[in-house]
Amino acid sequence: MSAKAACVPHSVRRNLLVRNRWLLARRLVQGTILVLFLLGPWFAIWWVKGNLASSTVLDVLSLTDPLILLQSLAAGHAPHALALTGALIVLVFYLVVGGRVYCSWVCPINVVTDAAHWLRTRLGLGPGWQPRRSLRYWLLAMTLIVSAVTGSIAWELVNPITWLHRGLVFGMGLAWLVVLAVFLFDLLVSRRGWCSHLCPVGAFYGALGCAALVRVNARGRAACTDCGDCYRACPEPQVLVPALKPRAADASVVIASGDCTNCGRCIDVCGENVLHMGTRFAKPP
Amino acid sequence: MTDTSGPRDRRDFLRQCVGLASSAGVAGLLLAAHARQAQALPPVAIRPPGALDEEVFSAACVRCGLCVRACPFDILHLATPDRGVTVGTPYFVARQGACEMCEDIPCVVACPTGALDHDLRDIAQARMGVAVLTGRDTCYAVAQQTGCRACYLACPVKGRAITMERHQANGRGYFEPTVHTDACTGCGKCEQACVTEKASIKVLPLALARRDPPAAA
Repeated sequence: MSAKAACVPHSVRRNLLVRNRWLLARRLVQGTILVLFLLGPWFAIWWVKGNLASSTVLDVLSLTDPLILLQSLAAGHAPHALALTGALIVLVFYLVVGGRVYCSWVCPINVVTDAAHWLRTRLGLGPGWQPRRSLRYWLLAMTLIVSAVTGSIAWELVNPITWLHRGLVFGMGLAWLVVLAVFLFDLLVSRRGWCSHLCPVGAFYGALGCAALVRVNARGRAACTDCGDCYRACPEPQVLVPALKPRAADASVVIASGDCTNCGRCIDVCGENVLHMGTRFAKPP
Repeated sequence: MTDTSGPRDRRDFLRQCVGLASSAGVAGLLLAAHARQAQALPPVAIRPPGALDEEVFSAACVRCGLCVRACPFDILHLATPDRGVTVGTPYFVARQGACEMCEDIPCVVACPTGALDHDLRDIAQARMGVAVLTGRDTCYAVAQQTGCRACYLACPVKGRAITMERHQANGRGYFEPTVHTDACTGCGKCEQACVTEKASIKVLPLALARRDPPAAA
């Protein structure tokens, strides 16, 4: 501990706010988005209508979840232009800011699974059941196939994200059960089980992330002390390795994997200023 | 960090793929079975105007609730999981709040996907369901021959969707509310207005009433 403390270059880093700035920013954005959706039903301020599946902002901007629309297409429906342009806008947005920014900055289930993970760590439970992380891509393919076969938007029948969000905005009913199920799954069955191994929505946005503009990079990797803080904080630690511990010295510093959610938690916890938010074109200093 | 180990060779890779595909396949079968079952629509739940046929509707509706927000009379709901209606999809219960048949059909205009058909411009052409006189034995007009015509008066397609037809029974004449299915929009005004404790006239979903919707105008 003392050796590590000696390496801390800036005293500001010890400031609690600075040390958690990405986490706080993320919670702020998640909260703001939810509040925007709730302003209407709670206070009759209708800046945003609808829910995460599709919404209109200020009665002008129409947004639609591209994965839900993709399932609709697979199910054989030719959507109205409103939904198509809405999905295109969302698609372009996440191609710029990083695909799984949806997961870490927007999705309400993220708060649930982060809470489960926090508690799981506190309770000292091990990793538990850890299916391969690629399973979610297979599940993504499955949702599209089932949509095509059954002629319905299949994943929306069970998707905890939209169940929770729709529940909060339009009335919960028994939807909290599925939220509780995800929480208990992540708490007792599998560490980071839902978001990092199974969720096909995350897989879809992850696929977008492979080509996204904004990416975290390990520009300061020369200063890395192998303390392991970033690995412990990261929900997808495998994405850090190629940029942080490259096989060749001139390898890219960019965390290129679409699985990275751009949550920035690694930047928060790194005491050596190794990690930075940047673009996919970031170069070593 | 426990599963970062890549496949050792091609055989190992294939073995992993088969394992993952089977897992996804099992999940898919469960989901497909659930999807079939979840498409049921209880008869009290009526879809908003312009809703596509039920089998196509679940492919088209993204469950966003923009129709619910657009309804000036707040009659539409999104189904919660305990409703028996496909989760998240919009419906109304005529007895609690019937469709007011707005001329500009704001719910249809708001629908981003066309699950509510944008080709529906004239609300009188809407076919949300069809009214059926389900309780001839309770209907005041028929059973007690009171001359009640609450449903007839409530009907927005006045004098065309419901007429009071003269019949003869026990030597007395009475008027029976008669639904003309070619004009009934299924708005549910009659069901809401019916004065008997349990509505004697009810709107049923089209599929249940077994009537093909008319070709789009």
